Amino acid sequence: MDLSEALLASLLEARKLCVAYGGVKAVKRVDLDVNAGELVCLIGANGAGKTSLLKSLCGMVPASGGTVHFRGASLTHKPSHEIVRHGIALVPEGRGVFSRMTVKENLEMGAHIRHDRAAIASDLDSVFTRFPRLKERAAQKAGTLSGGEQQMLAIGRALMSRPQLLLLDEPSMGLAPLMVQKIFETIREISQQGVTILLVEQNAKLALEVSHRGYVMESGEVTLADEARALASNPEVRRAYLGE
Amino acid sequence: MDIFLQQLINGLVLGSVYALVALGYTMVYGILELINFAHGEVTMIGAMVALSVIGALVGHVALPGVVIVAMGVLVAVPVCMLLGFTIERVAYRPLRHAPRLAPLITAIGVSILLQNLAMIIWGREYVKFPPILSSATHQVAGATISDLQIFILVLSLLIMAGLVALVQKTKLGRAMRATAQAPQVAALMGVNVNSVISLTFIIGSAIAAIAGVMVAAYYGLAHYYMGFMLGLKAFTAAVLGGIGNLAGAMLGGLLLGVIESLGAGYIGDITGGFMGSNYQDVFAFFVLILVLVLRPSGLLGEQVGERA
Repeated sequence: MDLSEALLASLLEARKLCVAYGGVKAVKRVDLDVNAGELVCLIGANGAGKTSLLKSLCGMVPASGGTVHFRGASLTHKPSHEIVRHGIALVPEGRGVFSRMTVKENLEMGAHIRHDRAAIASDLDSVFTRFPRLKERAAQKAGTLSGGEQQMLAIGRALMSRPQLLLLDEPSMGLAPLMVQKIFETIREISQQGVTILLVEQNAKLALEVSHRGYVMESGEVTLADEARALASNPEVRRAYLGE
Repeated sequence: MDIFLQQLINGLVLGSVYALVALGYTMVYGILELINFAHGEVTMIGAMVALSVIGALVGHVALPGVVIVAMGVLVAVPVCMLLGFTIERVAYRPLRHAPRLAPLITAIGVSILLQNLAMIIWGREYVKFPPILSSATHQVAGATISDLQIFILVLSLLIMAGLVALVQKTKLGRAMRATAQAPQVAALMGVNVNSVISLTFIIGSAIAAIAGVMVAAYYGLAHYYMGFMLGLKAFTAAVLGGIGNLAGAMLGGLLLGVIESLGAGYIGDITGGFMGSNYQDVFAFFVLILVLVLRPSGLLGEQVGERA
């Protein structure tokens, strides 16, 4: 899809979104849009509120203000188990695999909301084709996998719900450089296959490389929003997040 | 008569009932990390409700004893399912995010409430189980086993097998296991965690109702206080096997029944007649103390660190 054409189809719309823990405001009146077909990244330092924002988008923490709309439907204050039915899947920070369940069972859990057995089986095959390591370890307990394999499993599991929007929370965290490369290649592939992605990432360089657009968060607020290429050449961004 | 074999049989029968009740403790603990101390009382209510139905039918309808008991069970099971559901909804759910001591104290409160409620409804006296079931016995290698014992053992094993199949093989079971491991992530997959928790209480309570009727039939009576000791023994069984672990609850239940039974059979010999079989309860709690001191995670439990 042409990017300008995609821009017309707004998928996710957050307006003046706020998240607070007790009296501490983690996210302050954030406006954020993700359009169909886009790969958007959200970068910022540790504690900037990126994860809180993502968690509130998928109902893991309640919004203390503002609204979220997805394909026109309001998601504000909906619980997680309903939001996934609207077509949003999250790959949580730290992967969150079910460690005492097998790799295959983890993937089947990803398809929990679906009832089309034949299509689920074929999606399981495509996850195994994408990640041959997971196929080799299908009968193994997820807790025995390496960090990178668990990240693949978490991504594969999220894809099993056939999401329209995939939210990725720090997919590179704690992984060896080679594995980080591999994960980012996968993210680019998934995006090219038509899945819209919102990527939260501390590795700003890689995130801006794969993304179409980006948001920069600082102390709970969005301070910059632009095309990824423009952000990557923005002197302020380069100094603060790209280590120059 | 072979005392060892006899006590082994008695122990397995008793133990299979402990195992059924222990499953309820362990399932709830697995998901909520809560000891539902009211679970023993659910068992008692099951026995009492079934006995009320049986008492109303006996002598008035010309049906075989087994059918009358089955009708009692058919009423007791849904009553207990509703009770389990209500207990969770009213007493535990509002405290889901409270410090862990709060729901524990509430559980003890619910337990006392149910005991007193049962005392008001059914009185302080023992309620007799009418002698309508077959009392036929069979000789096996010098030991005696009754029809009722065979029935309790077989039905218990069937229920356990059914529960294992449910948890391991079905989509609902998979969702239950996922919820037990990581409730927030399970919700992200589309699992309604509250429904899974309710279902866990409902299933555990249904099994408890059946166990309650078994105990009443086995001892020939029921009492408003019977759930206390039964619950404590089943809790011990769950801890022995490793609380939170289904296989552990079953193993723990059967083991505890056998230990208790053998203990009761030999305690006279061991103490030279100083203590009699009425001290059989000592064994269960001796086992509990040993497990807590030597292997707090239980026989099949995972070693877990102290939680804050």
